[in-house]
Order: sequence, then C-alpha cells, then structure tokens
Amino acid sequence: MLKQSDTIMPSERATAEPAVLALSGITKTFPGVKALSEVSLNLIPGKVTALIGENGAGKSTVVKILTGIYQPDGGDILVNGVPTAFPVPQAAADNGVTAIHQETVLFDELSVAENIFLGHAPRGAFGLIDRKAMTRKAGEILDGIGAGIDPGHKLRDLGIANKHLVAIARALSIDARVVIMDEPTAALSHKEIEELYELVESLRAQGKAILFISHKFDEIFRIADNYTVFRDGQLIGDGAVSDVTEADLVKMMVGRDVSQIFPKRTPDPGDEVLKVAGYSHPTEFEDIGFTLRRGEILGFYGLVGAGRSEFMQALFGITRPSAGTVEVAGTPVQIRSAADAVGNGIVYVPEDRGRQGAILDLPIFQNVTLPSLGRISGKGFLKLAEEFRLAREYTERLDLRAASLDTHVGNLSGGNQQKVVIAKWLATRPKVIILDEPTKGVDIGSKAAVHEFTAELAAQGLAVIMVSSEIPEVLGMSDRVIVMREGRMVAELAGDDLQPETLVRHAAGI
Amino acid sequence: MSTTDRVIPDRLRSPFEQRLKSWETLLLFVAIGIFVANSFASPYFLNAWNLSDATFNFTEKAMIAFAMALLIISGEIDLSVASIIALASTAMGAAVQMGVGTPGLVLTGLGVGLICGAFNGVLVTRLGLPSIVVTIGTMSLFRGISYIVLGDQAFRGYPASFSWFGQGYVWWVISFEFVLFAVIALIYAVLLHKTNFGRAVYAIGNNATGAMFSGIRVQRVRFILFLLTGLMSGVAAICLTARLGSTRPSIATGWELEIVTMVVLGGVSILGGSGTIVGVVIAAFVMGLVTFGLGLLNVPGIVMSIVIGALLIGVIALPRLWAMWRAG
Amino acid sequence: MLKRLVTSREILLVGAIVLLLMLISSRFPGFIAPANLANVFNDTSPLILLAIGQMIVILTKCIDLSVAANLALTGMVVSMVNVAAPGLPIVFILVIAIGLGTLLGMINGILVWKLAIPPIVVTLGTMTIFRGIIFVISDGKWVNSHEMSPAFKAFPRADILGLPVLGWIAILAVIIFSVVMTRTTLGRAFYAAGGNPHAATYAGINVGKTQFWAFTISGALAGLTGYLWVSRFAVSYVDIAGGFELDVVAACVIGGVSIMGGIGTVAGALLGALFLGIIKNALPVVDISPFWQLAISGGAIIVAVALNAQANREKGRIILKRAEQAS
Repeated sequence: MLKQSDTIMPSERATAEPAVLALSGITKTFPGVKALSEVSLNLIPGKVTALIGENGAGKSTVVKILTGIYQPDGGDILVNGVPTAFPVPQAAADNGVTAIHQETVLFDELSVAENIFLGHAPRGAFGLIDRKAMTRKAGEILDGIGAGIDPGHKLRDLGIANKHLVAIARALSIDARVVIMDEPTAALSHKEIEELYELVESLRAQGKAILFISHKFDEIFRIADNYTVFRDGQLIGDGAVSDVTEADLVKMMVGRDVSQIFPKRTPDPGDEVLKVAGYSHPTEFEDIGFTLRRGEILGFYGLVGAGRSEFMQALFGITRPSAGTVEVAGTPVQIRSAADAVGNGIVYVPEDRGRQGAILDLPIFQNVTLPSLGRISGKGFLKLAEEFRLAREYTERLDLRAASLDTHVGNLSGGNQQKVVIAKWLATRPKVIILDEPTKGVDIGSKAAVHEFTAELAAQGLAVIMVSSEIPEVLGMSDRVIVMREGRMVAELAGDDLQPETLVRHAAGI
Repeated sequence: MSTTDRVIPDRLRSPFEQRLKSWETLLLFVAIGIFVANSFASPYFLNAWNLSDATFNFTEKAMIAFAMALLIISGEIDLSVASIIALASTAMGAAVQMGVGTPGLVLTGLGVGLICGAFNGVLVTRLGLPSIVVTIGTMSLFRGISYIVLGDQAFRGYPASFSWFGQGYVWWVISFEFVLFAVIALIYAVLLHKTNFGRAVYAIGNNATGAMFSGIRVQRVRFILFLLTGLMSGVAAICLTARLGSTRPSIATGWELEIVTMVVLGGVSILGGSGTIVGVVIAAFVMGLVTFGLGLLNVPGIVMSIVIGALLIGVIALPRLWAMWRAG
Repeated sequence: MLKRLVTSREILLVGAIVLLLMLISSRFPGFIAPANLANVFNDTSPLILLAIGQMIVILTKCIDLSVAANLALTGMVVSMVNVAAPGLPIVFILVIAIGLGTLLGMINGILVWKLAIPPIVVTLGTMTIFRGIIFVISDGKWVNSHEMSPAFKAFPRADILGLPVLGWIAILAVIIFSVVMTRTTLGRAFYAAGGNPHAATYAGINVGKTQFWAFTISGALAGLTGYLWVSRFAVSYVDIAGGFELDVVAACVIGGVSIMGGIGTVAGALLGALFLGIIKNALPVVDISPFWQLAISGGAIIVAVALNAQANREKGRIILKRAEQAS
C-alpha cells in the first residue's frame, strides 16, 4: 500500500449510486502536453464531490470539458449513463450542467436579473424577453437562497460576495442538476465562506450533484462527501472523504510524503533598513507603522480583504498614501512611483504573477533585466551580452528550469515564473523585498523551494516582508508577524505569541 | 551533481535563423516580386529619375509611420497625425504671411507638431482616456482649426529656400526627403531595438501593468511616444508643404489610415507588443512601389487603394488561412 | 436614487441638448419651430441610422470604419440599377440596398469571426477596397439627378405628417433596435460579449458569432442609408460621405458608448447623433462659419469621452469601516 499512490486505486463504490454526470476514460491532448489521460469522474445527486490536484493536474481542463468549452479527444461524457456530446457550452447547459468560476465571470453592465437569465430568459409576446417575469423570477430565486439583492440593480454595484450569490442564482435558474464550483472561496472573507458552505449544503439537500474544486483541505473535509484526486492528468484515486485523512490526500496529490517542513533559520537581525510610520489611505488602510532590520523576515497575516496587499502596493509606489513617512536605512524617502521604490531598494513580488509580476510574452532574460537596464546599459543603449550574463547569474541562483533564456515566461510553470520574478528583483540588489502570497498557485513541490530561498535571502542580509494567508507558512517563516484587520494593524506578534490560535483571533477580531 | 549539466542556454535558435523565418523576410520577397513585376510591366519603371520620384509616394508618410510603429507597439494609436500635418502646415502658412523666414517656418512646423503631440499625450496619460477615441477627437479638432483659419482659402508664397525641403536633391537623384527618411529610419531602428527606451516600449505593449510593477515609468514613456509622433508629423508637414508649395486645410486627408496600414503591413501587431522598424521600412517600399507601378500603367490612384486594402487584410489573413488549412 | 439619475449619461446628454437649443433659440427663435426641428431631425437621420449600427459594433469591442464606404458603394450600385432599370419599384431598390449592405457587413464579420483579424484592420482594409470598387464599377463617373427616376428620388422626401420618410425610417430604426437591444437574446448577447467575453463564452454565447451579427447589422443599416443618401441628395459618386465614419464614431462616443465595449444604448447613439446634427444645422443660423463644425465636433468628442471616463472610473476596494460609512 505504501507505493500505491502511483497506480489507479479501484473505485470501490463505483456501482453503488448512479451518477447523474460522469466522465469515462476521457483523454485530452494539447500541442506538446497530454492534459488528461483516461480519467474518470462520477458526480452523484445529493453529493459534494471534491476534485483535488496540484496546478497542472488537469482540473480546469475537466471543468472545460464538462461545460462544453473543450472537446475530449477520447472517452465518453455520460449523462445518466448515456454517452452525450457537449459540442458547445449551450449543450452542457441544456443537460443541466452549470459552473461557478474562480473569479465570478458575470456581466457588470447587465442587471442582476439579466445576469441570472442570460440565454434563457422567460419569453412573452412575439418571443421577446418578458422583463417583468424575469425580474420576478430572479427575485424568487435570490430570496430562496437568502440573498437580499434587488434583481433590478446593475451587477457592477454589487460586492464580490453578492456577485457569487448571483452566480449561484444563475446556476439554480437553469434548473441545474450539476453545479461545478471552481475554487469558489478564493476571494471571499471568512464570514462569506461560511455563508457559501450553507448554500452548498442546501444545494446538496435539493439533490444537486456538486463538483467542488479546491486547494484547501479544511474546506474539503468540511463539506465534501467524495473526493477525486488527479495528478499530471491522471486519476490517482477516489472514494469517500470519511475514509481518508488529510495526509492521505496530500500524498495522492504530490505522489510522495510531504510534511510541511520549513527551513531552519538562525535569525540574526542587523541594522534597521526600513521604518514606516503612520501610513494611511483614504479608503484602504490606516496608520500602518513598523520597522524592519536586515536579515529579518516580517510576516503580514490577515483575512483576504484586510488591506495587506493594498498597503504593500502603496509602499511600492503603485498607489499614493494620504499620510505617512518611509525611511530607508535612516534616510527619509519619497515614494511616488514603483520606479522610486525600486530606486530606494524596495521591491515587490506581487500576488498576481501573470498580470503584475511577469511580462509573459517577453523572454526570460528581458524580464529579469527590465528594472536593471539603467544600471547595466551603456548610456541608455542595451548591452545584450551583459543582459544575458545578469539573467544567467540570478536565474541559476534560483535554480530556474527553462529551455533557454529567451524562452517566453508564459511558457514556464507557475513556480518557475515566480523564480523569474524574484530573480528580476534580486538583480536590482534590493534592500527590502516584499513577497505577496509567494506560494499561491505554486505546486506543493515548488513551495518548499520558495521557502528555502526566502530563508536564504534573509540569511544573506536582505530584509523580507512576507504577506501570506497560510498560517503554517507565516508561522514557519517569520521572525515577527503583523496581523491586519479591516485596514488596520491589530497586533504585532513575536516569540511565544506566534501561535495559530492567536493569529486567527486577532485576524477575525474575536 | 555538477551545476554544469543544467546550465540554461541563452538561445535555442540563432538570431539569424529567427530573422530568416520572420515576417520581414516574407515582406522583403513581396517587395522584390513587385519590383521585378513592375520592371517587366512598364519600360519606364527602371529609370533612376522615375524611381526617385516614386520615393515621394512614401517618404513623408513613412517618417510618421516610424513613430507610429513605436506608439502601436506600446499599445496606443494616434489617428490625428494627418490633422497635425494640416495644423502645422496652416501655422507655417500663417507665419509666411507675417514674413517669417525659413528657419522660423521649420521651428513653427516642429513646434506645432510637438504641441499637438503633447496635447494628445496629456489627454491619454493624465486623464487616462483611450487613445483611439482621444485621437479621433483631436483629428477633427486639429483639422477643424485649420478650416477655421483657412476656410476655402489657401496659403502660398513659401520662400524658395523652404521649398528645398520638399523639392531639393542632395546628390544626383537622391532627394533631401529620401535622405531624411533614411536617417529617421535609422534613428528609430536604434531607438526601438538598441535602447532601454525601446525595451520599455515592448514591455508596456505586452503588459503595461507588469511594466509599471517592474519600475518602468509607463505614463512618461507613453507621453514621449505621443510627443515623437507629433514631432514626426511636424517634420512631414514641413516636407509636404515645401513640396506642394501651398497649404489647404484638406492637406494630407486620409493619411492617418495609410500610415496605420503601412505600420500594420510592416508586421507591427495592432494589439501591441511586437514589430520592427525594418518591417515598416520594407512596407513603405512595398506601398510606394505598388502605387508607382500602377501609376505607370495608368491605373488611377483610387484603384490602387483596392490593392493596398487587399494587401492589408491579405497579409494577415493568408498566414491564418494557411494555418487553418494545414490543421484541417 | 437621485444620484443615479443625475449620473445617468443619457439624461446628462438630454440636458446638454436642451441647453444648446435654448442658447440658439434665445437669439433665433425660429430654430426651435416644429418645422425646423423636423428638418434638423431629418437631416440627422443618416447619422442616426449609422450610429445605431456602430453602437452595436462598439458594444462587442469592435469598430466599423467601413460604414461610410459601404454606404457609398451601396448608393452607387442602386443608382446604377436605377439608371439601367428606371421602372424597377422602390421596394426592390430597398431590398438590393439592404441586401448588398448586409453582404458587405458580413464580409467584415466573417474576417473578424473566422480569421480573428483585429476589427480596426479589417474595416480599414474593406473601407479602401469598397471605395476602390465604386470607382471601378462607375468608371469614376457621377450619377446625376437627371439620370435618376423621379420615384427613386421621391421616396425619402415623401412627407408624412410633416416629416419626410427619411426621418420616419430613422424613428422606426430607433424603435426596432431599442426593442432588439433590450428584449431579445441577441441584443443582450451584444452586451455580454463585449462586457465580458470570457464569461459570455461560459454562458453559451459565441463571441465571434455575436460580433459577426453586429457587423451584419451595421452593414445592413449602412446599405439602407446608402440608398436614402443618394436619393435624397440626388447624386452618387466615389467620394460621397467621405470621412463620415468618424462622425458616426463621434456620435457614439458623445452618446456615452464605451469604446472598451459592453456599455451603450440606442438612446445614447440617437442623442449623440442629434447633438452633432443640431450643431451642424445651427452654425449657419447663428452666423458662425460652417468651417467651425469640424473643430466643434472634435472638441465635443474629447469632452464627452473625458466625462464618461470620469463616471466609469474604477473604484478601489473600501476596506476601512470609517470610509465605508462615509460613502
């Protein structure tokens, strides 16, 4: 049983309950990549099935096949046991399959009712959309899930949690039999997540089959009945959640034992390099102040939406604070743009790697040298050999895996993209590096590597600020932790105070 | 485990190999093909003076096209360039009436171009407005001012020394305009491909947010690009006005679309992020040769526009059709 | 509630138009006489028709620069058909005009949908091609008033209740497309495809196909306008409506249509066109040289887009309790 995780475990309860929607032997190939190879998946009425896997395991490909965006190269989609094709998204919808996506994909400029009924609005005279009936029905559905949203409002006026509710109402409006939730809690606050769980439970009670895709084990054990694990496009195992432990699932996901071990560090803080005082913004954060020494790792913990990233982006010059001062190595500095921040030795590795961190359509070496061009060029003229030298120096230091240095960053895995972003900043020889959720979207195998060199950076005398929503990561890496709630600092913890319960209490305000 | 076994190579394909398979190479063959076809089609084609005359078909437009190429690579566009020509030309015409000499006229043309470019730049970078709409607006505004000043009149009487910019020859059949075109092409090629500024232009065009988060002063770069486009429109206004010897408010009407066509034909992605100056240079020759060759065959100018329009769509459509056909 | 009303783009524009009319009438009361207003509306009708089509195209994140060339080509074809067969009933002329316009619009649509060529490139190309074709088929000659049949010329000018047929067609188009845009699946698909293409795909909307229909509608309206234009002005040649595509885009921008897609209404397009039409008709009345018109519409575009951008500015997340209560 110990090496079992490499082979497909027989599905013990496959025949027990009939699946309303199932995949059988599905294969999907993209140029150069086999995204799915003969995978199976059973969605059973009244059950929540968790789909688990690392990035690149094939989860999103499955969602796209189930919703008619992609066509499989081989295998069957079975609706109540009958092979059915979903040649277009509408076909999936007609068969009662609906998806609620990571970032709520709805339409800001349409009304709530129109968002719910887009494509299947009630018709009146001459086949025209019956707006009155549509608004009334939308109101009924929203009331049914306890959402007090006016169906006549434009969607853009709603907050993220309410948009989620609209997406769920949409799913209910087409009389869905199968609801796919693709990381639905990723952008929600603690309280909103609880409300979502209740909704999932009521959907389950109504006999819907739910596919719940998530990275978070606590929520899988909280709401899922069954699990299915994918790795590298293959089905690794499935069964009832009650039969497994978290460790079992992690092992299936990564194919080996992974205990979260953080690098051993002997913190030796040096001189003070950064002092922030009274940093405030009209709507996002207020009165943030702290100091940071060389070789120190300062963690920033808080719930999503606590204002951590917003503060970091202000410190990096992306947005302007309304008040506050920054001193770098004892000298007051003005940071009005990212260029100013970089010039003063403060660099920022953003959470949104594809949009903010890297320029995906440029080669690796150009990404790495972009902020350093002023230093390594000759009076504004590029020196290609020097660029390659610099890029090589820092990417090798981070153990980057790539075909060549002029490979486009977009062709790299999430973990390697992150290495390019960090290499880019190390090449500027910074004093302070801010890592915003550095292991988000990075597979478990690469997480350890990110932790490893974060520790190494600190050991070499860099001051590190690490924003993270993962408690083990924050506690495992940081010397001190600042907790933020609703845009304010609510605690600064160190030493024995660094306990999970303490962090959660401060972050949630209990 | 030694570290040498996973050293990442700088490149997989040599730059030469990449160039050989590029759009620019394909376009060069098209240009050569048109040249050969023309020389068979008309006995007047292979004549030094005729060819020299032919260059006037594209030199002024190409000067603007180089700056426009950078602007489009950065993800913006300027549709007001032809109107800047009209306004700059009108300003020079007015200056002539006030007795300003040739150096003053040149400064007037360049100055008006810079001011117009700065106006576009401020609207786009300070107010954050989409450049396509802004420049559709300023396109009407700038030319509108020319109409207010001139109505159905024209400015004439440019000094002879000024005419040299549009009619003078540096050596034998080599016109001043052609030399200026070549010099400007070289400057822009170096600016785009060999400087930090050029790298920033590509970075912004691929991902402006990512560029900003990498410490690039995105708005400053964009503003400079609008300034440059305005400046080049001023330069073109000087050449064109000097060549025509008069200014009407309808001068250079429709050039903005021909210039954008030239840039896109040259392989610059209209969505931003990629393109080269060499491509634009070849595209300028292609358009000039087509116009000139058809002209020798007595095909009227408007019919040539069919060819240019078909070229514009065809050069993008054919590779895609080919790819679709191969994929089945 | 009051805030929602005041920031509404259309109401702001209605206010601007009323103010404009008041200013003009304060010196020239005759301008707001019903007969003159009907005249202004009639004169603006071609712009209204094209602006509706352009609005739909812009909604789907595209742009159609070929509308004026489409208009001119269709106008030339129906003029030549009329010269060749003067007895052909107007119904057939209308069918030919709308049919040809639709076909030309479909060509744009196919290139955008099937080959995924950027719309600005496609329509820039077809614009020059259409103009060139006019020259080829007409040999550069004009079709003049005396060559056109009386019935051909009479149709758009026929007076019904004080407004010529041309004006009534514009009103009809406004009504039909208001219904289409708000009450049909295709209408809502235009908003969805432009507002959030990614989500639209998931909602079962084929974005490319939706764009194709937008170009088709724009082409159909341009074709219809082509006949109305040449018959009203009783002349057809290569350069008619030259540069008119930019007036059309201007009307949309002034009418609050977002060039980024997803935002815009038929009412907005109508008001934007009327705003430009009133200025054009008022200039000679208030004794300002018509040469001012271009600069004024240019200025109006810039002001309009600046105001729209201000209204649509993305707000950051409100995290602080204090700020949340204050808003």
